[in-house]
Amino acid sequence: MNHWLILPILLPAIVAPLLALALRHDLIMTRTFSIGSMVLLVLLGGYLTAMASDGATRTYALGEWGGPVGIVLVLDRLAAVMLLLTATLGLGIAIYSLSGCDKAGPHFHPLLQFQLMGLNGAFLTGDLFNLFVFFEILLIASYGLMVHGGGAARVRAGLQYVMINLVGSSIFLIGLGLIYGVTGTLNMADFAVKAKQIAAADSALLQTGIALLVAVFGIKAAVVPLHFWLPGTYANAAGPVAALFAIMTKVGAYALIRVFTLCHGDAAGGAADWFASGWLVWGGVATLIVGTIGIVGARSLNQQASFAGLASMGTLLIAIGGFTPALGSAAIYYLIHSTLAVAALFLVIDMIIRRRTGFGDALVAAPRFVHGGLIAATFFVIAIAVIGLPPLSGFIGKLLILSALAGQTSGGEGGGGVAGWPWLWGVILVTSLLALIGFAFSGTLVFWRRPSDKPAETASPPIVVPMVAVGWLLACMVLMTLLAGPATDYFDQTAGQLFRPQGYLEATLGEAAAGGGS
Amino acid sequence: MEWLVAAAIATLTASGVYLILAQRTYTIVIGLGLLTYATNLFLFATGRLAVNAPPIVGDPQAPHTDPIPQALVLTAIVISFGMTALTLVMAVRGYFESGGDDVDLLGPEEEVAKERR
Repeated sequence: MNHWLILPILLPAIVAPLLALALRHDLIMTRTFSIGSMVLLVLLGGYLTAMASDGATRTYALGEWGGPVGIVLVLDRLAAVMLLLTATLGLGIAIYSLSGCDKAGPHFHPLLQFQLMGLNGAFLTGDLFNLFVFFEILLIASYGLMVHGGGAARVRAGLQYVMINLVGSSIFLIGLGLIYGVTGTLNMADFAVKAKQIAAADSALLQTGIALLVAVFGIKAAVVPLHFWLPGTYANAAGPVAALFAIMTKVGAYALIRVFTLCHGDAAGGAADWFASGWLVWGGVATLIVGTIGIVGARSLNQQASFAGLASMGTLLIAIGGFTPALGSAAIYYLIHSTLAVAALFLVIDMIIRRRTGFGDALVAAPRFVHGGLIAATFFVIAIAVIGLPPLSGFIGKLLILSALAGQTSGGEGGGGVAGWPWLWGVILVTSLLALIGFAFSGTLVFWRRPSDKPAETASPPIVVPMVAVGWLLACMVLMTLLAGPATDYFDQTAGQLFRPQGYLEATLGEAAAGGGS
Repeated sequence: MEWLVAAAIATLTASGVYLILAQRTYTIVIGLGLLTYATNLFLFATGRLAVNAPPIVGDPQAPHTDPIPQALVLTAIVISFGMTALTLVMAVRGYFESGGDDVDLLGPEEEVAKERR
């Protein structure tokens, strides 16, 4: 038993009630504990990533009830990377909130900790029902964060967000019920083994259950046409909250990768074959196109950033849907990059909103605001990252995806290209150009065009703390660019591990049970 | 027995879906409630229907019900109950903040009117 595995869940689970109950009236202590917990989580994420880099899959049986009966936590390369990413993002947002966002409503820091707990749990768990429970934990925390700060528009948008996710939870449960009814298990690894052995008469029920799961993960990942909740939610949430939500869509993408790579190589059930048949690629294309249209047509900065998040999910889903090891590696790189980039974009937009009193984030000419030059430069750099222009990591991410789509890989396992890749190249490149036009338009309007008769604004909120937070996220992106070589090596091995699920199955079930199916 | 349970689940689901498609938050909350009842019943039925049998396996040959769906349903009930309460609180807060229980986002005109008030 490796007790490090449960710490990413346990630490925020202990800190959050402490903040909410004992320290609720002490802002300084609340902030100290919240930041401290985030720093520890980053260190823990780094340690677990290093630990997972040897390629072994580690499991932690809760209550020493091993799989498939008990609930197991499983740490492989992908889970470790996601933990590190979550903690990195959480630290940036916790730092940013020190500039005063955490005082806009009660319980910002405890909810943030609970959200991190749910996210970490969702990335670690090896049990489908446990995945549902951690989804609920992160959703409940996000409901509270969504309406943080209040206001009619935000509460309305929050209500829509809650409702769509409640429907999603019901669908998730029905899908789980079908899967349990047919296979008699909810353990992911055991499910992957049992799915191959079910009777032919039951396979329709199993396919229905899997389709329902895909629908739920699709709602989370905002695949067109299940994306309608995203723009309204993100555009109406407070800046740091929207930044945190940048990883919420990635949870859906993660769940898709996890469940379907485990079923990989399954001949009889056909779950992975059906998934790998490429329909998600076209879902990703639709998502990318809708997101890009939104970027060009947005009427406010937050709306534009929301659609930029949607477009990045589109690119990511194209890579996931292609379902080859090379694309998997590229997808993980792009997933990390786009989470950081979109989060940083929301943070810098929040800085702009707090300075443009009376204009907010509307895309109209407004008087000059303080720190305009510095913020404009930051916005410029982050927009470059989001669009995917060189020299930042977005460019490398898109390049990796493009070359993997065409089947051109430097690494050992390529796995061929995706049919129709010239079309996909065209879509990705043209949408990148359109995104560039959209961001150039909004940047020009917000930072350069001035109404002549208005006096200068005087509102001067703090600059240092928010810049530290944005700088932290930017530094991580620069690091990903500089260390692109070692990072892609790590992700290549991650994808290799994902597409050879035997190690995962053996670690969870023991060699005999895992081998029995194949 | 199967027909009865299936018909109950179907009726609850259909009513829930119909109510969710409404324009008012209160109706939707009721619809979500019905949908979660249907889901819970469905989960319960996935362990196969067994009447008058204990959820404990002493002798595997003796009649027993599958205890896992019951545990799952218990979790699902707790979560859906809490969620319904939360939605109601948010619906009430939305009603007082925006002056209506419409589910649509505020249009530009409404937001302007709200700021002037």
